[in-house]
Amino acid sequence: MTPLLEASGLSLRFGAIRALDDVAIDVWPGEVLAIVGESGSGKSTLLRVLSGQQAAEAGTVRYDGADIRSLSEAALRRLSRSDWGFVHQNPRDGLRMAISAGGNIGERLMANGARHYGDIRAEALAWLSRVEIDPARIDALPRTFSGGMQQRLQIARTLVTRPRLVFMDEPTGGLDVSVQAKLLDMLRGLVRDLGLSVVIVTHDIAAARLLAHRIVVMRHGRVVEEGLTDRVLDDPQHPYTQLLVSSVLAA
Amino acid sequence: MEQGYNFAYLDEATKRMIRRAILKAVAIPGHQIPFGAREMPLPYGWGTGGIQVTASIIGPNDTLKVIDQGADDTTNAISIRRFFARVAGVATTEHTAEASIIQTRHRIPERALREDQILVYQVPMPEPLFRLEPRVAETRRMHALAEYGLMQVRLYEDIARLGRIGTAYNYPVMVNARYLMSPSPIPAFDNPKMDRMPALQLFGAGREKRIYAVPPYTPVKSLDFDDHPFRAIRAPHACTLCGSTSSYLDEVVTDDRGGRVFVCSDTDYCQSRREKAA
Ligand SMILES: Nc1ncnc2c1ncn2[C@@H]1O[C@H](COP(=O)(O)OP(=O)(O)OP(=O)(O)O)[C@@H](O)[C@H]1O
Ligand SMILES: [Mg+2]
Ligand SMILES: [Zn+2]
Repeated sequence: MTPLLEASGLSLRFGAIRALDDVAIDVWPGEVLAIVGESGSGKSTLLRVLSGQQAAEAGTVRYDGADIRSLSEAALRRLSRSDWGFVHQNPRDGLRMAISAGGNIGERLMANGARHYGDIRAEALAWLSRVEIDPARIDALPRTFSGGMQQRLQIARTLVTRPRLVFMDEPTGGLDVSVQAKLLDMLRGLVRDLGLSVVIVTHDIAAARLLAHRIVVMRHGRVVEEGLTDRVLDDPQHPYTQLLVSSVLAA
Repeated sequence: MEQGYNFAYLDEATKRMIRRAILKAVAIPGHQIPFGAREMPLPYGWGTGGIQVTASIIGPNDTLKVIDQGADDTTNAISIRRFFARVAGVATTEHTAEASIIQTRHRIPERALREDQILVYQVPMPEPLFRLEPRVAETRRMHALAEYGLMQVRLYEDIARLGRIGTAYNYPVMVNARYLMSPSPIPAFDNPKMDRMPALQLFGAGREKRIYAVPPYTPVKSLDFDDHPFRAIRAPHACTLCGSTSSYLDEVVTDDRGGRVFVCSDTDYCQSRREKAA
């Protein structure tokens, strides 16, 4: 077996700030990889570089063996709307707020050539049920949804094309604790049922423990520790990870 | 022809620049070509883009017809016809069959056009995606990559809300299975006439400084869904004046008690049918 996503030597500076400093990570098929670290440690930057939205100054990202920088813009965008998904922290960044829930879910299907209204609609209804939104809300605008529902709609809209690899940047970030727990549970179910590979950025160590097979700990743009989730959380080696884990336990 | 103007008002360098844009537009059907639009002695709403296109292609032997909403006798149509009669000294006509160039706003003539005719559209907004994607750079990228899913989403929203595609004017089309194009605010009823039309179709947008074209016999397809196919809709009546049951009709209020009749919007078509019948 080879990794689905293979990144090495990634570096990117913003002025004096080293947002990424020689980062290497692999994502295996069906694996959930959590990226944790303090604010400003480069997690979102890494996600943008891995998903081809931003170019690094050095290093390579390979998907399915191909350097994503060698792909044409058209091919990269095709990949982004079919094989890949991206879930934003703020649902407003991932949803079209002026378009109905059904239209939001159908967009990727239509972007990939679906031209049968009835089929698109059926698919949207099925996905609403799957993310526990009342299918009767199919024609409602996302702005009439709660924050948790909006986030579930964003997930449905992303997963409708059955991507193999999904990037998530703090998907539960803006939500109440009880809503977060429900969303995490749902994500875990979807990841398992669809056999997704996921790279998830989170502040939330508990979320990482629940979802992730492996954890990467970042600090100042560098990976300071990585390993299987239980190992990293129960027996952290790097002092920074120890601090991170203990501060969560203390909180 | 009045003295003091260059032939057809525009100077020769400007006409050459516009012709180059037209040639590019013809070479890439449906693709919008920027051009250095000039100020014209008419306001933008009067179709300065179409006027500049016409001014660049018209010659002394041409016969010009100008229609507005299908009619030859509106203020807009009369002004533009007079303008070209004055600055180019060309013959003008109200008969579709006699015209070599037809400049239009809002309609395509009912009578089928021929290979030796050119249809020039006045276009207020050339970008079909502008309501969906406000960022111009992004709309260019979408055209470059032929990413038109968003337009399909708009049609989906129509069907979800109204049970059908509600767009009655300016109904988006794919040209030569490649570029999404705004047909200008003609009724969707006219869209099928654009498909494989023998006449050259040129589109000029003055304010937005864009020219685009559909060369003769180019496929033009209205966007739709397999299970909600495009339908060219007209009022289900016969023309009160000529009896036509196939032409596009305008509803005309006849008195202040709510009386109304339906008549052909194409005045030349209606007139010639009545003459034939008489
Ligand atoms: N476009 C940019 N221009 C300048 N600096 C940037 C830019 N994007 C990120 N940075 C800087 O790079 C560093 C890493 O930012 P990044 O957003 O990746 O951190 P993060 O780990 O996602 O933080 P958070 O947990 O707060 O979301 C920060 O110092 C940030 O200020
Ligand atoms: Mg971040
Ligand atoms: Zn009539």
